Amino acid sequence: MKLKKEELLEQLKEEIKKHPKGQKDLIEVLHKTQELFGYIPQEAISLISKELGVYRSVIYGVITFYHFFTLQPPSKYNVKVCLGTACYVKGADKILNTLKRELNVELEQTTEDGLFKIQGARCLGACGLAPVMMVDEEVYGKLTEDKVIQIINEYREKASEEVK
Amino acid sequence: MAKIYNLLLCAGASCISSGGYSFRDKLVEELKKHNIENMVNIVETGCVGICELGPVVIVYPDGVFYKKLKPEDAKDIVEEHLLKGRVVGRLLYKEKDSEKIVQQASQIPFFQKQLKIVLRNCGIINPESLEEYIGKDGYSALAKVLTEMKPEDVIKEIKDSGLRGRGGAGFPTGLKWELVRNSKGGEKYVICNADEGDPGAFMDRSVLEGDPFSVIEAMTIAGYAVGAKQGYIYVRAEYPLAIKRLRSAIKKAYEENLLGKNIFGQNFDFDLEIRVGAGAFVCGEETALMHSVEGQRGTPSPKPPFPADRGLFGKPTLINNVETYANVCQIILKGSKWFSSIGTEKSKGTKVFALAGAINNTGLVEVPMGTTLKEMVYEIGGGLPNDKKFKAAQIGGPSGGCIPEEYIDTPLDYESVKKLGTIIGSGGLIVMSEDTCMVDLAKYFLEFTQDESCGKCPSCRIGTKKMLEILNRISKGRAKVEELDLLIHLGEQISKTALCGLGQTAPNPVLSTLKYFKDEYLEHINEKKCRAGVCFKKKK
Repeated sequence: MKLKKEELLEQLKEEIKKHPKGQKDLIEVLHKTQELFGYIPQEAISLISKELGVYRSVIYGVITFYHFFTLQPPSKYNVKVCLGTACYVKGADKILNTLKRELNVELEQTTEDGLFKIQGARCLGACGLAPVMMVDEEVYGKLTEDKVIQIINEYREKASEEVK
Repeated sequence: MAKIYNLLLCAGASCISSGGYSFRDKLVEELKKHNIENMVNIVETGCVGICELGPVVIVYPDGVFYKKLKPEDAKDIVEEHLLKGRVVGRLLYKEKDSEKIVQQASQIPFFQKQLKIVLRNCGIINPESLEEYIGKDGYSALAKVLTEMKPEDVIKEIKDSGLRGRGGAGFPTGLKWELVRNSKGGEKYVICNADEGDPGAFMDRSVLEGDPFSVIEAMTIAGYAVGAKQGYIYVRAEYPLAIKRLRSAIKKAYEENLLGKNIFGQNFDFDLEIRVGAGAFVCGEETALMHSVEGQRGTPSPKPPFPADRGLFGKPTLINNVETYANVCQIILKGSKWFSSIGTEKSKGTKVFALAGAINNTGLVEVPMGTTLKEMVYEIGGGLPNDKKFKAAQIGGPSGGCIPEEYIDTPLDYESVKKLGTIIGSGGLIVMSEDTCMVDLAKYFLEFTQDESCGKCPSCRIGTKKMLEILNRISKGRAKVEELDLLIHLGEQISKTALCGLGQTAPNPVLSTLKYFKDEYLEHINEKKCRAGVCFKKKK
């Protein structure tokens, strides 16, 4: 059973107590955070800030400096929308906006349910099928706004069946 | 019943990824099946060095070397070799040209030319066993230092040995220790730089995975010599196995009072902590590394002040890399005279190189300083695959440069290599055949440094980007000849003005390929031709 965020935060709080106040052990604490959550959530930053007495801005600066740390939860499916020239001409922006609206996220963000993360790609090399997107390794071409929603719903169903 | 056979199984990261553990599991199963598990001792060692042939096993007392093992080979080794005493011929090493079969590890040319000081225990002992380390003279150096030597004596010994930093710059180690010792200020620190970030270099990882106690012992000695009570090992997060073995080694050292208070019952305390990096190449630079240990963004600071005066938390700090520390205990035990008898006049001791690229025997090799490039490539490395022609070797990773074929007789030591415009650096040695395009190579390294530039100083942040843009244009045949001069000008300016060592050396791969392979650059620009057939691929 996966632990709830609140419980994980409680665990993190116990973990932070093992470290001295101040910035000295910040990176160690961030490693622990990412180990617990799989990423570094905003709530954890607030908690670390309070417990160690380090400004949130400073913590944010450290997180974004190192490749290893991520502010985005890992998603189950990775959606790459092609933003190359051919797709752009064929309305890639509409596809992207539909995705953003449907999933309620911005680029490089993960959805609340942890299922999707959308990214922009330079060119997926399937210009004849423009506009194109990929979900993990699967390519979907000649997209329309309806079709995008339909594909997303298929993956939602797939995910809920796996849970069962 | 006494153990009759010792099976040394390489448990370096490379052999594990080629399936070393599935072989081990099968082996244990076979031993049980024949009811001889009591007779056989399986020792999981650190990296043996010849990664190309992994997973490998050496069977003692016979010293038979088996290579490229698959789980199904376990049956033959157990039933033929262990039970009947017949060596399994098909798993032995075969020499490339003569097809001669070699049975003993010591007779393989790859090992014959080597002299192991740093890697002396790698592939011999179980890295997690303190007893085995002590069995190989472990901790006798620390005992000698604490009971017989004054800190000044230790520093003199290291100075006399001529040991120089193995992390890249080659600064005399003894002098560094002395500077820290003489630096005023109560609290001092000792750091081990294990943030081995150069693509293609993995000797530090091998030492940490294969012989972690040797680094811990050396750091304790360093602490005694410079007057520090606290040490940090900064390991990159990409080395989980090294971190695990270090953690276990540190724990055992504390249990036996080889770390902590009153070590060996003497009036000397030393604590050691691991700091795990978080993925930033620039943290291999010492000032950046120290900021990272302090929990900050890992950006470098201007020097001076040098770490010896004001380092970690503003206190005098000794910082050496893994390979440097791995030499220390042997110098103390065998003496500076012995050490300085190895190598060349100004470069003493050995150097570990990571052989990679277009070469038959890829892996880790430790040779006396001054071994020529030719010996490395043809004798130890076994030449190039498919008898390709040697074109150049890139040495020193993204901070280094290349050595072309005409200089293949160059001895590999700090001075000789510097004369050619490159550095020994961390010891990455990438061999290239005619199939490598030098423009593309320069581009690869510059893409790396550009991506890893921390962005603090403009000459590195903007300069390398501008250089990369020109290189991209050259590789597409869209550059002008004049831009080559601009490339050199930019490179020289970055070398002079960048804040840290990594920035200053970032243009090296470009400058050095331009020096020796300018004709290739010109071909790209004038004829839109790439003789290696790497660039312009799309047009075909």
